[in-house]
Amino acid sequence: MIPAAFDYTAPSTVEEAVGALAEAGEDAKVLGGGQSLLPVLRMRLAAPTTLIDLGKVAELRGVREDGGALVIGAMTTHYDVQRDPLVQQHAALLARATDTVADPQVRHRGTFGGSIAHADPAGDLLAPALAMDTEMVIAGQGGRRTVAAADFFVDYFTTALEPDELLVEVRVPKHTGWHAHYEKFNRVAQAWSIVAVAATVRVEGTSIAEARVGLTNMAATPVRAHAVENALVGAPATPEAIRAAAAHAAEGTSPTSDGNADADYRQHLARTLTGRAVTAAVSG
Amino acid sequence: MMTATIEPEVGKARRRKEDARLITGRTRWTDNIVLPGMLHMAILRSPVAHARITSIDTSQARGMSGVEAVVTGADIAEAQGSLPCAWPITDDMKSPPAPSLAVHTVKFAGEAVAAVVARSKAEAQDALEAIEVDYAELPVVLDMAEAVADGARLTHEDLGTNASATWKFDSAEAGTGGDVEQAIADGEVVVHRTFRQQRLIPAFMEPRSVVVDPTGEQLTMWSATQIPHILRLMLAMTLGVAEHKIRVIAPDVGGGFGGKLQVTPEEVIAFLVARKLGKPVKYTETRSESLQAAHHGRDQIQKLTMAARRDGTITGLKVELLADMGAYLRLVTPGVPILGAFMFNAIYKIPAYHFACTNVFTNKTPTDAYRGAGRPEATFAIERMMDELAVELGMEPLEVREKNWIKHEEFPYTTVSTLTYDSGNYEAATAKAKDLFGYDALRAEQAERRAKNDPVQLGIGISTFTEMCGLAPSRVLGSLSYGAGGWEHAAVRMLPTGKVEVVTGSSPHGQGHETAWSQIVADQLGVPFEDVEILHGDTQSSHKGMDTYGSRSLTVGAMAVLKAGHKVIDKARTIAAHMMECAPDDVEFEAGKFTVRGTDSSVGIQDVALAVFAAHDLPDGVEPSLDSEATFDPENFSFPHGTHLCATEVDTETGQVRIRSYVCVDDIGAVINPLIVEGQVHGGLAQGIAQALFEEAVHDESGTLTTGTLVDYLVPSAADLPSFTTGLTETRATSNELGVKGVGEAGTIASTPAVVNAVVDAVRHLGVADIEMPCTPMRVWQAIHGGAR
Ligand SMILES: Cc1cc2nc3c(=O)[nH]c(=O)nc-3n(C[C@H](O)[C@H](O)[C@H](O)COP(=O)(O)OP(=O)(O)OC[C@H]3O[C@@H](n4cnc5c(N)ncnc54)[C@H](O)[C@@H]3O)c2cc1C
Repeated sequence: MIPAAFDYTAPSTVEEAVGALAEAGEDAKVLGGGQSLLPVLRMRLAAPTTLIDLGKVAELRGVREDGGALVIGAMTTHYDVQRDPLVQQHAALLARATDTVADPQVRHRGTFGGSIAHADPAGDLLAPALAMDTEMVIAGQGGRRTVAAADFFVDYFTTALEPDELLVEVRVPKHTGWHAHYEKFNRVAQAWSIVAVAATVRVEGTSIAEARVGLTNMAATPVRAHAVENALVGAPATPEAIRAAAAHAAEGTSPTSDGNADADYRQHLARTLTGRAVTAAVSG
Repeated sequence: MMTATIEPEVGKARRRKEDARLITGRTRWTDNIVLPGMLHMAILRSPVAHARITSIDTSQARGMSGVEAVVTGADIAEAQGSLPCAWPITDDMKSPPAPSLAVHTVKFAGEAVAAVVARSKAEAQDALEAIEVDYAELPVVLDMAEAVADGARLTHEDLGTNASATWKFDSAEAGTGGDVEQAIADGEVVVHRTFRQQRLIPAFMEPRSVVVDPTGEQLTMWSATQIPHILRLMLAMTLGVAEHKIRVIAPDVGGGFGGKLQVTPEEVIAFLVARKLGKPVKYTETRSESLQAAHHGRDQIQKLTMAARRDGTITGLKVELLADMGAYLRLVTPGVPILGAFMFNAIYKIPAYHFACTNVFTNKTPTDAYRGAGRPEATFAIERMMDELAVELGMEPLEVREKNWIKHEEFPYTTVSTLTYDSGNYEAATAKAKDLFGYDALRAEQAERRAKNDPVQLGIGISTFTEMCGLAPSRVLGSLSYGAGGWEHAAVRMLPTGKVEVVTGSSPHGQGHETAWSQIVADQLGVPFEDVEILHGDTQSSHKGMDTYGSRSLTVGAMAVLKAGHKVIDKARTIAAHMMECAPDDVEFEAGKFTVRGTDSSVGIQDVALAVFAAHDLPDGVEPSLDSEATFDPENFSFPHGTHLCATEVDTETGQVRIRSYVCVDDIGAVINPLIVEGQVHGGLAQGIAQALFEEAVHDESGTLTTGTLVDYLVPSAADLPSFTTGLTETRATSNELGVKGVGEAGTIASTPAVVNAVVDAVRHLGVADIEMPCTPMRVWQAIHGGAR
């Protein structure tokens, strides 16, 4: 299908991009890797007047260290995130989740920032971002602001970003030495998650010292499984203890029903997959 | 001169000569065609499933940039006539007129309502959005069982019913067997089951596309179709245009699976609009349009009753079907379930059989042929029933099958549903499959996993299938009220240099005819493979044909080629005898050479071709040509069969099914090219497994297709399928000289029940007797935990 006509501009700095966004007004859209936006345009579910392509903004690409955090540019592709040594070392959960996103073609074009900004509840990078207490660095006309992941994801496809704002980078607190696993459940390879669980744990001796667990597609936004985390802290890293903790995974959730899974089954999956994710993490 | 021994072509695993161009796309797909002054068409489709069109305002769209025409149903109501249905299965079948562009009402979501023709595709798309249509919505008919109940809402008010026709077969009436009701009454065991064949979408790779050029003496239509010949005839008959003024070309076509065995609304609209404007017009559907509006397949509710003796001998089978036609009858829609009528008895000796099918209208996309067409549905049901009977009797499922199947020494065998199976060896295929599968070891592992209550349970599924292929003997088609015959036509022409052009009426769309036909002709004429060219798919060069579907190309189409080749050889023999100054009877033909018996005097057929061209010295009365045509009408169907075995692992905690191993041993008679066979089997298995586990066209309560993109309609990829183990046994067909049976649909027909049987078998001990297709993780999990939850 063919999108409705639009104007196109490709700024080369964040400042220019913010300016272009303000100038183009409400009906402008930022173009990241285009892997979610283009299907929407081609199906004519949206018809922005202007596309502001961030592809030429070099400062938005790449991963760097900043003290206790990694800073990942919004335009860093999934492929680059996956194989980045800093990500592997300090944010293994993000690397594992990114491995499960779509297929190699999509991973070469789609971006971390685009996924976060798009905020699809089935997107695989939201739960890791939430679980690891990341922060979103946002640029607008009035300068930059930082929003915690817990406040960033507002609703289905809705974030704290204002229409005239850009996501610039994501600050990921280092989880050096933490074990991680992303357990994704879908029906065919390369499909979106029906439910998925992001788990990262710090093991001391034979017990779990700290745990972070995030759930994908269990609500309009990613969900943090605090009850599971609390139950895991101090627990022995055994399948039985983990299973007992995982039984709390669906607490307080009210997931949607669709053709792939009704709410009951989603809650069941959340519990089962949480057990598997944490077990895989501790043994990984 | 030394005679080089020529290795036979038939049986060689040649790579397909057409693949380089198909795989790289460096070929002529319909959508690649660009003609001078060509316009682009886009189609506005109904967003609702049933409504009266109260108004259509096209005024704004007409004024938009680049727009040359906007057409509504009212504009072409007369000219468009009704889309053809060639299979009136009963005398009183109800078939409402089927417009290409809806006129007063829309009957399914996705039905074409208006068309825009513009200078560019983008302009056409933009103008669609400016058309205003008011719909007064009507109640929708979606559920087949409700549709045939008293007081049901109606898809077509004026028909007064949703039932299109009821078709019956009864063995007592036909004199082929006993009375089924008696068999059921007397049955020591009676098994009742109801299965649902979900609606599927053919989802061919190349979307449908059509280009119409009305300039010149003939109107030329290029279409991504399986049936250029039938399409030409149908356009002539339904639009009232002289047949010789239409040329249809199917260039390279990217898949069909029956989905392009159709005369489509889009073809008719493009035809009429191009002719009206006097300019070439192209239309290519989007993927979403393809999923929504191209015909769908399957969609039946199957109620079966099987009677048997305690020892496992089947004594009767009763089949009652509801088949969803969708909103209109397309080309062969009503006949699809009827093809299944002959297949429910499958490979088994069933003494009493009753079949009844009611075809039902609903407010959904019309259904029609989809890979296997009627036969997969029947095969699924009977193979599921065989497992259910085995469980009921506490017998091993293979043993129940063997007890009932036709023994190899009993062929030819006339079945209760009147077909005569010419050949087969179910024992051989089954023995080989069991061996390749490691049947006994897997059964042992299954027992072990059950005993230790493993969260991952193992299941074994069996499908010992047969099918009727090579559609079809014209006389049989006539007796089933089909509108045409089932012959095929071919021509073989030797050019002056000895190269060979073969014209086939078959119309390949991925099957590899060019390679297989070349192999056959190379052997027959004794010429190099490279010297043979296969021409197809253009009514100008291939004036006669019945096209490709129903695994008929090799069994019928290639047989026509062979027949034409014989005529060429016969004629060349006369000329060779004249050249060698002997009687034709003294001339032997082998490996491309005519030799005077008992001498070393010989002449090659390619040299004869040059002599014919020169025509300096031909026998009296012999025309200077080495071309022949032939039409082959088979006397019987062919009956491929096979034994498919599937092992699935079912994760009882999530319901996820993984196919651990899949073994199939097919008996397709003689094999022309093993590589093509392997490809057909793999693709077929993928499609059958897709029905078992992944694919389903789902509608919401308003009749909207909710699986309208490939995100929701789950076509599996290689990553979702196991590595297949394939094998063959070879029991040659006796009904054609090549001994071939056809392989295009085997994998699809056989695999669906093998997989579902395996899934059910894995969790049978947990109290599960059936799982509806597709066996999604949620369905499997609910089946396991249904009671306890
Ligand atoms: C076939 C396919 C399969 C997929 N499967 C998966 C999957 O399994 N799991 C998964 O997680 N994802 C999947 N995706 C989505 C993929 O991860 C995309 O990359 C991602 O959703 C969007 O990233 P993008 O860079 O392409 O963003 P775009 O498509 O360019 O943009 C998406 C949205 O975010 C906005 N946006 C982009 N960048 C910024 C920014 N810096 N600041 C503000 N707004 C911005 C855009 O305006 C737009 O609204 C799949 C995509 C495809 C095409």
